[in-house]
Amino acid sequence: MALLEIDNIRKHYGSFEVISGLSLDVREHEVICLIGPSGCGKSTLLRCVNRLEEISAGEIRIHGDRITGEGVDLDRLRRDIGIVFQGYNLFPHMTVLENTLLAPTRVLGLSRREATEKALGFLDRIGLAHKANAYPDSLSGGQQQRVAIVRALMMDPMLLLLDEITSALDPELVSEVLDIVRDLAAGGMTMILATHEMGFAREVADRICFLQAGNIYEQGPPAQVFGDPQGERTQAFLSSLKRAGRL
Amino acid sequence: MADPFSNALPEQDLRAEIWRAGSTPRSHLGRASLTLALGLVTFLAVAISAQHIGAYAISQGVSPVVATLPGIVAVLAAVVVLLMALRALRCALAAARHSEVYAARELGASASLGAWKAMSWEGALLILTAAAWFLVVNDAAVSRTFFDLALIRDSALKVLRAFGTNVVIFFVSGVLILIWSLIVAVARTLPGEAGKPLRFLAIAYGDLFRGLPAIITIYLIGFGLPLTNLPVIAHLSSTSYAIIALTLTYGAYTSEVYRAGIESVHHSQVAAARSLGLSHAKTLRYVVVPMAVRNIIPPLMNNCISLQKDTALVAIIGTIDAFNQSKIIAANHFNLSAVTTVAILFIAVTIPQARLADRLSERDRQRMRAGG
Repeated sequence: MALLEIDNIRKHYGSFEVISGLSLDVREHEVICLIGPSGCGKSTLLRCVNRLEEISAGEIRIHGDRITGEGVDLDRLRRDIGIVFQGYNLFPHMTVLENTLLAPTRVLGLSRREATEKALGFLDRIGLAHKANAYPDSLSGGQQQRVAIVRALMMDPMLLLLDEITSALDPELVSEVLDIVRDLAAGGMTMILATHEMGFAREVADRICFLQAGNIYEQGPPAQVFGDPQGERTQAFLSSLKRAGRL
Repeated sequence: MADPFSNALPEQDLRAEIWRAGSTPRSHLGRASLTLALGLVTFLAVAISAQHIGAYAISQGVSPVVATLPGIVAVLAAVVVLLMALRALRCALAAARHSEVYAARELGASASLGAWKAMSWEGALLILTAAAWFLVVNDAAVSRTFFDLALIRDSALKVLRAFGTNVVIFFVSGVLILIWSLIVAVARTLPGEAGKPLRFLAIAYGDLFRGLPAIITIYLIGFGLPLTNLPVIAHLSSTSYAIIALTLTYGAYTSEVYRAGIESVHHSQVAAARSLGLSHAKTLRYVVVPMAVRNIIPPLMNNCISLQKDTALVAIIGTIDAFNQSKIIAANHFNLSAVTTVAILFIAVTIPQARLADRLSERDRQRMRAGG
């Protein structure tokens, strides 16, 4: 059984349909990259999975258990599904360490000592142990995003959603963030990435989904989607990226 | 119009000529001359006033040193200003004569700035001179009424003691307001259908007590509650009633400040907190309110100062605060100098607070920018 089953979901903003009848199954340890033009519904799809956005129709299941509809414990759901945002969204009034400790101590009930040990381990792993007591505003975008990833990892998520996590970064900082994602992929973390980094998607993804007008227009292994795209729209999208020198 | 997408932009030569023609230096001679003239007027006005007012003060028994010192300072200031105006004029003249464009421009700029500076000092000196005259005209009626030093000295202790009541009211209601208004603000921002009744109540409370003038609230509570014969709340001291009334009034204002702070926290921060599994309440407690409070320290402090001043309103229900005490003294002596003491006290406690608030929020900003 798939870890995540997205079953024919729709999402409206007023009369505008952002997601129209999209279905997607994600197996454990799978890395899925969502690509496609702006406004195609990549971010909305991710935000529907942890229910930051409510879907209008269809259903989403985790390990076969429906998580859409009334009466679902959203706090429990979000404990197990991590998300990292484009804008990092670190809490500016807390140090790096406090940012990573907040949820484990206040939600999971870990002791401060235990959580600190774990956080320092992670921070050391991403090369930011020396920034543990710094405030987010003093960090570069790349450093902030790495901390945001650690903050999500502190909850031991079974699924990690990465919403264009390098789109706000200066080009030279992109790789330091992607290196971590690469390590996570190698470690077997189940992930869905919305991304514009085609080279990275090609390298790290098990499956590429090209989204177009709120639905999956074409999907398949990276070699196939990038090397021999079938759909007209996919071809147009990829060739416009080539012209802009992004592929 | 030139087409920026075409290959040729034809009028470049003409544009260059217009540009160069527009960059001749300005000497600001007119402004500098006007400033010098105004400087002379100011000097004369200050000198004559210092002479007259000083002589009058000495004739009224003020010690010669105290009487003449302010005048001498003012005259010296006028001289300095006059020199500033002269220097500006010299710069302007030099700018007009200079043949080299860049040097002339720099001289013109310093003439302009110098003239503005001198002119603003001249304005300030003239206003202060007018104020000094206001104090001494009509046989110093203003000074005698408001600044009777002997009466101020004799009544100061009494007034100061009564000011303690204001301080107590201020501190107790200040703490209560900070707690109470946070509760109201949180009620006001409760989400969804379930939060509706409390949200509505919070809005009604805010509308009611922001609409009511504080003095009427104090009057109604201070004289109304004792008439109800209810246990406990009909038998409180007038200071307690003042605290209750001020808490209700300022709670309404302050809850709006809190709410503005809560709503100023970007929704992405809330999304981040909720995505980590924090409940609505925990998100408020650990993320939203701490950030909100940082954003609202200046308006909160403003309310604080306003509250402090409004403690004087309790005089209306007979609480013997500093204002009421000084009113009694004023009525007995037919002179308002004791009230001046109160005014000075209020100002003296307010100013350090404003500076402290600035310091606190600056320090917090520094801290959040700091590396580890």
